[in-house]
Amino acid sequence: MGSTNSTLLKIPNVEVLMQETGFSPAHIIRLHDRFKALDKEGRGHLCPHDFGAIKELAMNPIGDRIIGAFFSPGKETVDFHTFVKILAHFRPVDKDRPKEPNSPEPINSRSNKLKFAFQLYDQDKDGKISRDELLQVLRAMLGMQVTDEQLESIADRTIQEADLDRDDAISFEEFRKSLEKINIDHKMSIRFLR
Amino acid sequence: MFFDQQKSVMAFLQHFALLLALIIVFSTSCKAVTLEVGSVEVGYNDSSKSSATEDTSTSINGSTDGHAPSVISTLPIVTWKWHHIETPYLVALWILTCWLCKLVCELNHNVTSVIPESGLLIILGFILGGIIWGADKAQTFKLIPTNFFYYLLPQIILDASYCMPNKLFFSNLGAILIHAIIGTCWNAATVGTALWACYEGGAMGTLNIGPLQFLLFGALISAVDPVAVIAVFEEVHVNEVLYILVFGESLLNDGVTVVLYNVFDAFVSLGGLKINAAEIVKGIVSFFVVAFGGSFLGVVFAILISMLTRVTKNVQVIEAGFIVVLGYLSYLTAEMLSLSAILSITFCGVCCQKYINANMDEKSVTTLRYTLKVMANGSETMIFVFLGVSAIDKNIWVWNTGFILLTIFFVVVFRFIGVFFLNWVLNQSRLIPIDITDQFVMAYGGLRGAVAYGLAALLDEKKIPEKNLMLGTTLIVVYFTVILQGITMKPLVQWLKVKRAAHSDLKLIEKLNNRAFDHILAAVEDICGRIGDNWWTRGWNRFEENYISWLLMKPKARKNRDYLFSIFHKLNLEDAINYVSEGERQGSLAFSRSDEAANVDFKKQFGSEFADVMPNIMVDMSNYELGIEHFSVTSIVKDTIPSVSLDIHGQDRKNAMDDINAHHLLQQHLYRSRKHHRHKYSRSHFSINQNEDEVQEIFQRTMRSRLESFKSTKMGVNPAKKITKHHKKELTHKMPNGHPDGTGHLYGDEVDIAVGSETGAINSTFMRDTYTVGAGIENPVFLPDMDSPTHSPPWLMETEAVAPSQRAQRRLPWTPNRLRRLAPMRISTCSTDSFLMADVSLTLEEHEEHSQTDHVEMRPVFD
Repeated sequence: MGSTNSTLLKIPNVEVLMQETGFSPAHIIRLHDRFKALDKEGRGHLCPHDFGAIKELAMNPIGDRIIGAFFSPGKETVDFHTFVKILAHFRPVDKDRPKEPNSPEPINSRSNKLKFAFQLYDQDKDGKISRDELLQVLRAMLGMQVTDEQLESIADRTIQEADLDRDDAISFEEFRKSLEKINIDHKMSIRFLR
Repeated sequence: MFFDQQKSVMAFLQHFALLLALIIVFSTSCKAVTLEVGSVEVGYNDSSKSSATEDTSTSINGSTDGHAPSVISTLPIVTWKWHHIETPYLVALWILTCWLCKLVCELNHNVTSVIPESGLLIILGFILGGIIWGADKAQTFKLIPTNFFYYLLPQIILDASYCMPNKLFFSNLGAILIHAIIGTCWNAATVGTALWACYEGGAMGTLNIGPLQFLLFGALISAVDPVAVIAVFEEVHVNEVLYILVFGESLLNDGVTVVLYNVFDAFVSLGGLKINAAEIVKGIVSFFVVAFGGSFLGVVFAILISMLTRVTKNVQVIEAGFIVVLGYLSYLTAEMLSLSAILSITFCGVCCQKYINANMDEKSVTTLRYTLKVMANGSETMIFVFLGVSAIDKNIWVWNTGFILLTIFFVVVFRFIGVFFLNWVLNQSRLIPIDITDQFVMAYGGLRGAVAYGLAALLDEKKIPEKNLMLGTTLIVVYFTVILQGITMKPLVQWLKVKRAAHSDLKLIEKLNNRAFDHILAAVEDICGRIGDNWWTRGWNRFEENYISWLLMKPKARKNRDYLFSIFHKLNLEDAINYVSEGERQGSLAFSRSDEAANVDFKKQFGSEFADVMPNIMVDMSNYELGIEHFSVTSIVKDTIPSVSLDIHGQDRKNAMDDINAHHLLQQHLYRSRKHHRHKYSRSHFSINQNEDEVQEIFQRTMRSRLESFKSTKMGVNPAKKITKHHKKELTHKMPNGHPDGTGHLYGDEVDIAVGSETGAINSTFMRDTYTVGAGIENPVFLPDMDSPTHSPPWLMETEAVAPSQRAQRRLPWTPNRLRRLAPMRISTCSTDSFLMADVSLTLEEHEEHSQTDHVEMRPVFD
């Protein structure tokens, strides 16, 4: 217990962080350990190449996009707070937690989870997934088995399905609507973050 | 009002007729029974060695013994050979009877919406059993465990496992296994012990049952029956997780029950005194060996099947049969090795489905799916009917109120306790906890069925003196759960507001995002540096992709099996089917593609055809077209009809006209080759291809005619065939059949001009004014400059002229000059696609046209 407290004390503003993310102290400590392990040079922040060192992540077809999601535009580093906040997206929704009416929307809410997924597509941050952006993701995920023409028609079809205002792009609202049937809480949650 | 009455009368008549048919069929089988009974007696008297028979097979032996040595004095013209076909005949009749029962059940949906079909079938079974009882004064037919376990059950399990949603099943496998293994053991142990305790407490009077036998009974009664569960839950549509939990549990727990049953059966045979710690350990070991050995055997068979389907390309007709036979073999092999047969066939089906679906031809997959469905539903029906029939038997009923009521009570109560406890444990670690209502439905869905009955009927009367009491109690539990719980299930689900299955259309974007989510989760797990579910999933997928698929899948299937792409393909197929049905509904299959890749607009082509005829309609149409441009494919299919009505009338008329013309002309003039005997039936192919000989002949004749015509042009003789000279044509113009004058003329004239203007140029350069009968037909040989031939409409031709095929006529609007003319209207929508398509189809058509040249050639007409 003593070691737990000492680790927690080392993290600045840990109360606020726990409040915002809903993580338990055990989670915070675990993530902090991981953070330090990734931060090999001990600078107190992570750079993209720190993430790139994770072997499995390098093999992930959309790994670079996910890494990119940790860095807000224009910034080259991510500190522990941001790191934890990003990971908090994947905390399962807890139902027994009393809902305070005037509390801000938790990070792991449905729409925040969706927003995270959305920004992985929307690389130019214009609030829309264009055909090209979709095509890039498709190309990364579908690999060699599908020809370019097929990819393009898949992209067209996908956009057609979601595109309500006929601008050949998927806005976040359209994205959310098209995934209404999917249990996002289920698909975008990781069990051990509970 | 009158119609309503008539309708109800008709409905009643229908029901009545069916019932009548059922009774007739049934009475036939009853008559057969009496005959059979008679024969048994005869055989009994003659040979005086056969024992009392319940089984038809023994009765056959007895009867043939009696009838074989009869001496004939004269040649009989026909003989009554009932005994030759007795068994198969009875089997077939019974199958027919049971299926007719199902038909009767399904007649009225008001009834089936209240009482589940399985319950109705059991009730009908009661009636049939009553009739048999009335006829024979004994129950000659009943569900014999051997028949049930070897001939009725396997296909049901195979179907269920083959159609199992794989991903869902494996992702919930942990929960399913816990429920199936621990839950079943819990039920068996507690029901057995509690009954025994009550017996000791004196609640049942005196019975000759020991504690081990109570446990044995507990084991057999704890089998949640997949057949009953599927039958009830299929009508309820609960959410998929709940469904897979109940369904998967019922499938696996059958295997577990049978294993438990065997262990306890062995214990009972051993006798209470000989059982020591070693035996109990052996029992537990045997439990695991049997259960996991059976599952393992199933996986082995799944691998065998998958590898076999890699090479069955050349015997595609029986491809699907392999799966059925090998699946059945996996069942029998497991039975032979005294492993769990049900688990074996379950895992066989679940594991091989992915690979065989990829390896086999699409048609074979469909065939397999339907074959299994037919077999499974058929035997399911029979099982329920026979569960009813078997009940009408005085011999099996030993009534013991205490035993029966307590059994029902304990079965239900311990099921609830077990399910709630296990779910509570599972919920501690589940990402999405199981709702309390879901748990309730799970517990309530613990229907007992034919497996329990089969096991009870298997009991050995020598070892268990109270077998009949157990059998009767099992039947009552089955009726209680299937009928009562079955009936109350639907209202309960509604009342508890259990999450229903969200019925949604397949959507590419959902599938795409699911894939993305998987990657995201795996990546986040990597970043967190912990091994979670997704790590395992990904690891397995990679292993599967690299090694297992390599072993079990055709290289070709491996290449094009990207999941997302197959979804895309499936969606496209669906759309294509929609287009065709839509096109057919409107009377025509001709449709053109618009510029947007996935947008097909039926109206467009038609519109262009019609524009010249009725400009006022066209205005309406173009508006419509503008609208439709922006709809997705699916919405087109849905929206076309209501939005335009004028349009449809016009089209109907036009189509009718066209069809009549085309039909008439086709009938009269389409090329007929020499009569060859066409093999319409082939054992191994469903091809509807053109006869090769015919193709050959057409080709040869065409070549000959071409050569000859070349010769004749060189010699300066007028070629036999020519392009229509339209103004002359007008005079000789005969309508092959009366078609509506006004539009017909309008249309005809218009085309006339169009065709004329184009052919005029060719006429002047290539051929002089010649007039031939071969109106409207141009052999491409003579029109080297035209990229597509023009077809004049059918009514411009003389009756003797050869008509272009119906397809050719349909292609009118694609001819370049028409498109050019229509350009202003189609400017935005005009696609290169339609040109391409026209060209392609034209090359396809050459055969037809060649064939037509022959006729022309045969009737040369000179100026």
